[in-house]
Amino acid sequence: MADFRADRRFAWALVTPALATVAGVAIFPLAWTVWESLHRHDLRMPWLGRPFVGLANYGEVLADRRFWEALGHTALFTAASVTLEILLGLGLALAMNRAFRGRGLVRAAVLVPWAIPTVVAALLWRFLFDSQAGIVNALLTEPIVWFNRAATAWVPVILADVWKTTPFVALLLLAGLQNIDPAVYEAAEVDGAGPWRRLWNVTLPLLKPALLVALIFRTLDAFRVFDLVYILTGGGPGTATEPIALYTFNTFFANLRFGYGAALSVIVFLVTFLLAMLYVRGLGVTLGGEER
Amino acid sequence: MRAHRIGRWLGGAALAALVAFAVFPFWWALVASVTPEARLFAEPSLWPAEPVLDHYRALWEERDFWIPLRNSLVVAGTTTLFCVVVGALAAYALARLRFRGKAAILGFILAVTMFPQISIVSPLYLLLRSLRLINTYPGLVLPYLTFAMPLTVWLLTGFFRQLPADLEEAALVDGASRWQTLTRVVLPLAAPGLATTAILTFLYCWNEFLFALSFTLGPERQTVPVAIALFRGRYQVPWGQILAAAIVATAPVAALVLAFQRRIVQGLTAGAVKG
Repeated sequence: MADFRADRRFAWALVTPALATVAGVAIFPLAWTVWESLHRHDLRMPWLGRPFVGLANYGEVLADRRFWEALGHTALFTAASVTLEILLGLGLALAMNRAFRGRGLVRAAVLVPWAIPTVVAALLWRFLFDSQAGIVNALLTEPIVWFNRAATAWVPVILADVWKTTPFVALLLLAGLQNIDPAVYEAAEVDGAGPWRRLWNVTLPLLKPALLVALIFRTLDAFRVFDLVYILTGGGPGTATEPIALYTFNTFFANLRFGYGAALSVIVFLVTFLLAMLYVRGLGVTLGGEER
Repeated sequence: MRAHRIGRWLGGAALAALVAFAVFPFWWALVASVTPEARLFAEPSLWPAEPVLDHYRALWEERDFWIPLRNSLVVAGTTTLFCVVVGALAAYALARLRFRGKAAILGFILAVTMFPQISIVSPLYLLLRSLRLINTYPGLVLPYLTFAMPLTVWLLTGFFRQLPADLEEAALVDGASRWQTLTRVVLPLAAPGLATTAILTFLYCWNEFLFALSFTLGPERQTVPVAIALFRGRYQVPWGQILAAAIVATAPVAALVLAFQRRIVQGLTAGAVKG
């Protein structure tokens, strides 16, 4: 392929429409959010206009108790759900990796929760935990009103997330397991390593890239949690289970404070961006390998 | 070898429990959706005593559920079509051609797939409002491109990389232009990857909630997730109808996933694990 320059021009011609779309619909609005966050823009008080206020919105965020609580709720949800999902997903992947009958059935069964709308998943779990019609309370000797207290309201939220996304983690880890050369296990077995040693000293180190990807991917997703909480608890009771995305949403569409909401958005973005950088770096290794 | 057998037995038991755990909420919803409202709150049972289709009938006759179904189909379909066509061109260049800035573009695309939707919802709202696109189809398709476009480019780049390069090289040696090679050789070969990507993109659009909630005002343009989320009863939560709607919204998705499960898993994991 002699004509590299023509190739290069062709490549840019192919890439440009997609890049322009992404820039137009994602990067431009993001820049707008940053700009907006430096203004006071309150749709309830249109007569105030949209004055430039510098970093005043950010100053207010730092002193906003509801913000810090929302951040805490998000961190709690993320830590609990991601830990459960990684542990369960790893167990499942190990079980699915053993050759056995009915693997297709298992894969199909776990894929469906992953593929359905989060809203539907949330509704199914709200029904399971409903105080009147719910089966969970029917099984308990002493019924609990799950959504009246923060401590109990988190249970269906986290369970629904685990139900919906563990399959994804398991499939990701399964793909990682299937990339491991079986000869490594045979060698370890010949050397007299028992099943636990093989898991600990052979499987887990070799699975580390896949584990890392699953971990960061899930963390990012959990950090943005919105649909589940919106449906299951609405952030309540009060704001006791309100995550950061829901607080931001309410700032926009309930309080109509667009400038302040933009400052919240920028903070969410920065946190996600830091996590995303980790993801890109984690992936960078495998990407480089594929190039050659 | 006893450890082996115990391990296998435990694995089998764990997987059986998993399948039950995955399937149970659906079964429970299905049973409830064919149970009359009055009995729903009396005593839960695992088997419908006398199944009735009242709730499903109410979906069509009282709730006009075909409207959100139509809206979701139009929005998800349009977004998917646009993204797969434009994304395929970009992905081919990113997977096969050599040019400077490629790694940066891939990193950029991947970074945008991680974008939190909430951080662009307000400018999109203000933008759509000033363009008078709130509560319209374009007013949903445009925001959906923010996540669908990077997703298709990323998935398709993975698929194109897996294609054997020999046929393309043969076509080029035979004097075909790059464009001819792409349209006549590569794209037909990539058809399964294109189909898988289209299915995944469609699923993400079909399931999307935050944008659809923010950029629609009334039932005439609401998508399925928003419509279900906002179901209200006169006296209490209309669980029978909600669950019937949940089953209706899930059925096409479940059918797609079951029919294409092998490919979907491949597409999902190829991008993340193999690069």
